[in-house]
Amino acid sequence: MAAPGRKESPSKPDSPAALPKPTVSAVEMGARQREISVSEFFTKNRHLLGFDNPRKALLTCVKEAVDNALDACEEAGILPDVVVKLEAVANGSNGTTPPPASQASRFRITITDNGPGIVRQQIPPIFAKLLYGSKFHRLRMSRGQQGIGISAAGMYGQLTTGKPVQIISRTSARAPAHYFEVQIDTKKNEPMILEKKQIDWESPRGTQVTLEVEGRYQKGRASVDEYVEQTIIANPHVKLTYLTPEGETKEFRRTYDQLPAAPREIKPHPYGIELGMLLKMLQDTKSHWLSGFLAGDFSRVSPRLAEDICKAAGLSPRARPRDVHGQAAENLYKGIQATKIMAPPTNCLSPIGEQAILAGLYQQIKGDFYTAVSRPPAVYRGNPFVIEAGLAYGKGPEQAQERQARKEIPLAEGEAAENDSELARVIRYANRVPLLYQQSACVCYKAVLDTTWRNYGVAQSRGAVPSGPMVIFVHMASVWVPFTSESKEAIAEYDEIRKEITLALRECGRRLGAFLRRRERAHSEFRRRNIFELYIEEVVESCNRLKSGKLAVAKLRDQLQKMAMKRTGGEKTDELLGQNGGGPEGLPHSIIVTPEGVEGAVPAAIDAAPVVAASPNGGPAATAARPARRAGKTKGRAKSKRAARKRG
Amino acid sequence: MAQKARTATAVEKKLIGVADVVIHAAERRQDPTLTIPVRSLSNVTFNDRKGLIEMGKRKQARSFFNVGMAKKFMQTVLVADALCELQRANLTTSLREIYYRSKHTIKNSHENTLDTQDESDPLIEDLEVSLEALREELHVRAENAGSIVGPLVLVDDGDRVDCARLGKGGYSVPSIVEPEYLQIRQCTADFLLLVEKGTQWNRLSEDKFWRRYNCVLLTGNGQPPRGVRRLARRLHEEKRLPVYVLVDNDPWGYYIYSVIKQGSINLAFESQRMAIPKAKFVGLSSADPEAYELPRNVGIKLNDKDVARAKELLGYTWFQKKSWQAEIKRMLSSGLKYELDALANKDFQFLTKKYLPRKLKEQDWLD
Repeated sequence: MAAPGRKESPSKPDSPAALPKPTVSAVEMGARQREISVSEFFTKNRHLLGFDNPRKALLTCVKEAVDNALDACEEAGILPDVVVKLEAVANGSNGTTPPPASQASRFRITITDNGPGIVRQQIPPIFAKLLYGSKFHRLRMSRGQQGIGISAAGMYGQLTTGKPVQIISRTSARAPAHYFEVQIDTKKNEPMILEKKQIDWESPRGTQVTLEVEGRYQKGRASVDEYVEQTIIANPHVKLTYLTPEGETKEFRRTYDQLPAAPREIKPHPYGIELGMLLKMLQDTKSHWLSGFLAGDFSRVSPRLAEDICKAAGLSPRARPRDVHGQAAENLYKGIQATKIMAPPTNCLSPIGEQAILAGLYQQIKGDFYTAVSRPPAVYRGNPFVIEAGLAYGKGPEQAQERQARKEIPLAEGEAAENDSELARVIRYANRVPLLYQQSACVCYKAVLDTTWRNYGVAQSRGAVPSGPMVIFVHMASVWVPFTSESKEAIAEYDEIRKEITLALRECGRRLGAFLRRRERAHSEFRRRNIFELYIEEVVESCNRLKSGKLAVAKLRDQLQKMAMKRTGGEKTDELLGQNGGGPEGLPHSIIVTPEGVEGAVPAAIDAAPVVAASPNGGPAATAARPARRAGKTKGRAKSKRAARKRG
Repeated sequence: MAQKARTATAVEKKLIGVADVVIHAAERRQDPTLTIPVRSLSNVTFNDRKGLIEMGKRKQARSFFNVGMAKKFMQTVLVADALCELQRANLTTSLREIYYRSKHTIKNSHENTLDTQDESDPLIEDLEVSLEALREELHVRAENAGSIVGPLVLVDDGDRVDCARLGKGGYSVPSIVEPEYLQIRQCTADFLLLVEKGTQWNRLSEDKFWRRYNCVLLTGNGQPPRGVRRLARRLHEEKRLPVYVLVDNDPWGYYIYSVIKQGSINLAFESQRMAIPKAKFVGLSSADPEAYELPRNVGIKLNDKDVARAKELLGYTWFQKKSWQAEIKRMLSSGLKYELDALANKDFQFLTKKYLPRKLKEQDWLD
């Protein structure tokens, strides 16, 4: 995003005398023209950056700071350990006590990470200059893209509370910690340093940002709480501590101990650039020849291919790039489009990975079945991307047991048909960042609607998300995620992206369908066995009454039970219910939870993170592994299940 | 329960037979199975000579050791037990009470033997058919849903009921009208007029139509219940009354007529005792609007369901007479149906004073 440039002043030569004299002369109008700084522009248009209302603004501030912290840690190869702290602040003077969180209109946000820290000179521009950052000019997957986020958050705070951004940063245990208070000079888009000093800080390394902003804290959809929870799902390698404004401390433990593979930086792919971009690159290149420019400044263009492109465009490979403009540049552009070029390299991407998605879903969402799919990389407009989808289904064994208990009471007419018709929840991510707003404008959501979930045994009414206790996870990883706006709320619709999402969802759906069918089969097998046992008693009783109580009840019951045993095949059916190798019940990358245990590779909680070389001080070893859910395959699963049900 | 002195009735013996099926099968280590005649259009035939719908020979087996049927089998035995209890206590009851009587939670589970009445009703019909016992004989009754008025004297529970002296409200026809419960002491009428709708029956009763034309007026308030059909049949058979049927001019009206005349598909096994093959259709015919100059605007457009139903009727073997095909096709081509009530457009008493007198005089009816 470029700052709006200076407009051409409409200085026309004076019109012939026949025309009426304009009320304002061109000279006067020209005098009014002046440059608009990008910060001034965003001050007026803060909704473009996600600061439309106080509630959303609070979320955006937290989100921008956390995104930066995670990006920094990952780039430095450190397992992130982040603390998010929200405090309600008294409005205006410092003396009064802060109001309760739900009533407060002002909040202090403090985000602390264990990242690499920031060198002293860079602190002011990073936090108080819009469009200043490391991520815009390179094609590499990261959460932030533009270098607007955190400065915009600071600017919003400055605008609504007048308080500066406070930063503490330290790059190593040996270096001192620096404390800064900065504000943005909105006219010049330059940082103003209000205070800087060296301080003592308990952390050996990391950064802490404190913002004071106007906001509103409300739980529920698109809240800070939801953002934190969803962040953990897609980033199970993060340890996050969330101190809510209500004074609660929520600890999210690390469940996956591997940092995502560091993405490589790539050069742009020729299919992905537009004519204007090409012109600019032609001007800026260091190459002397056109062929060298093509081969050197783009990915996947070999010298031979560069010559082919030049030939197709009717240009000399020896032409000076700076001389290629106008029609020639247009021909070159067309030549590029007409040449077959290999898809861009995909090592610039770092997908979450099936195991990590499973770990995240399993930790955060209660369910009976989890699965995850990573698609192979694909390309839209020359940008490589990877789609990942996941699914958590069911209400978890605890709730199922609860329901079982409730059923012990005899049911009245009509009660049996009662079943909850909640709709599935779709959680969307772009480069591991949860997207909480504008769900219906997002291609992820549209792809969920488009999938025929009924084929997989899930109810779905026309034009709606499927119904059932289900969470659908969709993640897009790309060097450039095509958002519909600067506030990064929804992914734009490209056919290639939509197709990939649909394919991933279908695979998830197929696995869910297989799981549901198997569960249904096991259930009906169980019923088959049970049904006769239950009904024999009724039939025998009725017959006895019909025979006026003169029936040899025990004998008849015995005869019928023997027959029932023979019919259901006795113990043989147990084997039918067993496993058939592969993943849990033959499903890849899935977890199945039953009251008896968990099947599938479930990563146990990793609290004392295996220390990565770069981080000498791993988190304290608070080893409280989650007790209830332990991976464990019971061998005679079907048997034990039956036994459990019989008791029930 | 049952006193030693009392001998089991035939029906009771039949019900006990259900238990015997189970016991005998268990002795021989066989799957207990009840055979039940199929009650659907595919298993009925129209006997042209007798003019009745008769049940075919097809039967379905309901066995216990079959996952799909086990519950139904259990329920059937349960309902048989409840019916037998009625026999022994010599009580009559309703379908709904049978449902409540048989409902309980199965031991060691949260499952109910029956969840809704929809489950028990067909089972009673199954037992009726397979045991060849009428519902009345099973002591199950429906609501009193019919009225009768006219020069006839009935005896109900020993009470003498003179239907000529019951004002315009008439006598409410009980659901069980077998000779053991209801006797026809005397009847001087010349014919019986069965009216579909209670409103039109009220009109005729209020106008004392029955007195002037010396007839019995009977209504079943829509599709006539068994009691009404059975009573009409008894009057037809025992007192030789010709039966005329007056229904709305729509596919449902035609079907009501056909049920009275030939019997219904669902209860085909009872046609023998219910149907009146000589019943005549007096109206409303699709030819009437023209003959009686009913304005077009009192008609109602046939909806898709009506048209589909009319086409179904055209296919039934008992509607194959030329006159009937013409009648239904005329309605379809006009695209309109007429209610009996529409006659009021001409005059409130048009039905009593003009329509029926002319119909009877001209003997304008369909067979």
